[in-house]
Amino acid sequence: MDAGAIHDALVLRFGERITSAELEAGSPFAVVRTDAIAEVAAFCKAEPALSFDNLMCLSGVDYPKQTPPRMEVVYHLYSYRHRHMFALKVQLPRENPAVPTVEGVWGVANWHEREAWDLFGIVFTGHSDMRRILLPDDWEGHPLRKDWQDPEYYNGLHVKPTPQMVERVLTGEPIGVGPFDFTPENRHVEEP
Amino acid sequence: MSAALPGAWISDWDKDSLDTDEMVVNMGPQHPATHGVLRLELRTDGEVVRAARPHIGYLHRCFEKHAENVDYPGVLPYADRMDYVAAMGNTLGFALTVEKLMGIELSPYVQTIRVLMAELQRIASHAVAVGTYTMDIGAFTPFLHLLRDREKVLDLFEWTCGARLLYNYNWVGGVSHDLPDGFVRATRDFLREFDSVTFPELLELIIHNRIFVKRIANVGVCPPELAISHDLTGPNLRGSGLARDLRKDFPYSGYEAYDFEVAVGKGQYGPVGSCFDRNWVRVAEMRESSKIVHQALDRLEKMEKTDVHEKVPKRVKPPKGEIYFRSEAPRGQLGFYVVSDGGINPYRVKVKSPCFAAMSAFHHLAKGMMIADVIALIGSLDIVLGEIDR
Amino acid sequence: MSGPEAVRGLIQNRFEDGLIVTSADQLINWSRKNSIWFMTFGLACCAIEMMATGGSRYDLDRFGILPRGTPRQSDLMIVAGTVTLKMATRVKRLYEQMPEPKYVVSMGSCANNGGPYWRHGYHVLKGVDEVVPVDVYVPGCPPRPEALLYGLLKLQEKIQEDRVLRKRGLTVGSLAGATLDGASDVPRLAGKP
Repeated sequence: MDAGAIHDALVLRFGERITSAELEAGSPFAVVRTDAIAEVAAFCKAEPALSFDNLMCLSGVDYPKQTPPRMEVVYHLYSYRHRHMFALKVQLPRENPAVPTVEGVWGVANWHEREAWDLFGIVFTGHSDMRRILLPDDWEGHPLRKDWQDPEYYNGLHVKPTPQMVERVLTGEPIGVGPFDFTPENRHVEEP
Repeated sequence: MSAALPGAWISDWDKDSLDTDEMVVNMGPQHPATHGVLRLELRTDGEVVRAARPHIGYLHRCFEKHAENVDYPGVLPYADRMDYVAAMGNTLGFALTVEKLMGIELSPYVQTIRVLMAELQRIASHAVAVGTYTMDIGAFTPFLHLLRDREKVLDLFEWTCGARLLYNYNWVGGVSHDLPDGFVRATRDFLREFDSVTFPELLELIIHNRIFVKRIANVGVCPPELAISHDLTGPNLRGSGLARDLRKDFPYSGYEAYDFEVAVGKGQYGPVGSCFDRNWVRVAEMRESSKIVHQALDRLEKMEKTDVHEKVPKRVKPPKGEIYFRSEAPRGQLGFYVVSDGGINPYRVKVKSPCFAAMSAFHHLAKGMMIADVIALIGSLDIVLGEIDR
Repeated sequence: MSGPEAVRGLIQNRFEDGLIVTSADQLINWSRKNSIWFMTFGLACCAIEMMATGGSRYDLDRFGILPRGTPRQSDLMIVAGTVTLKMATRVKRLYEQMPEPKYVVSMGSCANNGGPYWRHGYHVLKGVDEVVPVDVYVPGCPPRPEALLYGLLKLQEKIQEDRVLRKRGLTVGSLAGATLDGASDVPRLAGKP
């Protein structure tokens, strides 16, 4: 099935809970209303014509400068049976973002959602084990947000680059371009 | 002298009256056999594991944050360092993703070079995987043999681009260095030795070795439904019997023109989907990769050479949009989700690493096995922590 | 050259075969430097190069250097790879579990000063010398096996100059920041006040 047919099947079943879609993108996607995502995911897996039995990737993206400012969770789906791909998106507010979990549908979502919580702060309601996965348990903040600032210290260890390194950059010294510069001629080098 | 206390003699004890408890054992981040900084918390009842909880993040190097702050060609060295055992695959995946976003088509010559390098890297990566796996099981010799042969592949890479381990070779729009003169002959020499000496020796020495088989053939069986649900890909999925390979299903970079088979676990020595099957898939893939390299070399001799930098854009600025593209890395399907806002830095790069998904299935696979089998399981999943933690 | 070098030149090998005259320090240091057992502390990409250095082409065993899995039986900790903030406490704990005399080689640019992740790496420790004292820094990303071998040979030279029996105060190891006069009597972790 191609992207248009998949989108039609979803709209047929869920109506206006599929709010919008972009089928001409590199990876075609449909935007789903936040509270309906668990149902849509279960339908995508169970429906024989769609049969999306594999969740390829679950990513969080932060869009603070769009109107309205939002965070998105993108689900990239694949079907081993029919060999077609599709993506679903959920749009969340940047304060207290929350979305139902899909770990009952695809087992790998358990870890992907933990990572999205860890790095973005998106809460997945109904998740069995919502705790940090990559960063230490006592880390504060969610680093992949666009407004993240490095703290000075974490438990007594420096987090920001050491002052000597930062000074060299601020004085405009071109770091990394030494006397042996092997850049080929037709490669554009960004002027500092 | 008889004791006054009841139950003081062993002959008085009844096995069921003993009070046992479960123990939490930590296989800490520093461990000779965990293939990196992985921490496993095992809840064991004696020697049998009741529950296993992997803790990752000890190598989280903030790849995705770096990717948002450097330009597209600058992301490639960081991508190299994710799966550091098979670095060609990472840059190939990212370069293909950005090229799809920008709509760049490459000449057959560059595509053939990319396939050649990717398959040589697959041989080297599986050599490390199988070698360290046998070292974990207890046999040290195959590790030394395979590392010796891997050095020959690294010699070829070093001759081409100057680096042994982290090459930054596949650029957006081409490759960094053209093949030197004599490369084809040197590669054929290596393959001749690999096909006739190394590979049969590997099979005879370790793969069909009775002790090795007994150790891993009935351990860690992964049924296909669990594999698909937990997004196991690559040799982990093919070991469970499903013949799915991106190079055949969604070919990229000219793979549709090559003739090779997809290695599948057949359950030669135990149930399908055991550790032996996953390991067997890797070994068989080394032979298939050697076939592909032969074909690529044949093509290169007949093809006309083009400049490898001709399609490299002066400034990599993809149009606004997003794409998810996956390629078949030696460890599975490596996926890149790139969101571009039209600037010179990517807006968001999310990497789906195959080993991350493999570790998510770990605690389902490790239930009920002994602690020594846990080592066999980790090695058979072939994880690289740099890729899991990014 | 003054000190031990001059003594060595005067009286060593001046007698007939079968009789060796040397100072106790020379003998102890010679035996220690030729049998360095390191703890495999491979964290990231440099671990693969460390494995390759231990392989058959760039053999480490010919120098008497062989890997041990446990810190309790090792003299050297080669910190190969990026140390993250989550891992830093474990590095320190493992260093404390090693018995004296112990040395640390920081292999690769990530362990030296954070490496390519120095700028935006919020979870990367900018140099392992924030938690353990380092004896030899081996630069490279990753350093070639020959570079690591050169670093280990430099460590051997450093061990040869240890004062084991000669002067009290600084009897074990060569900690970063310590001088041969024994000026600093209490070894301190570099970077900490």
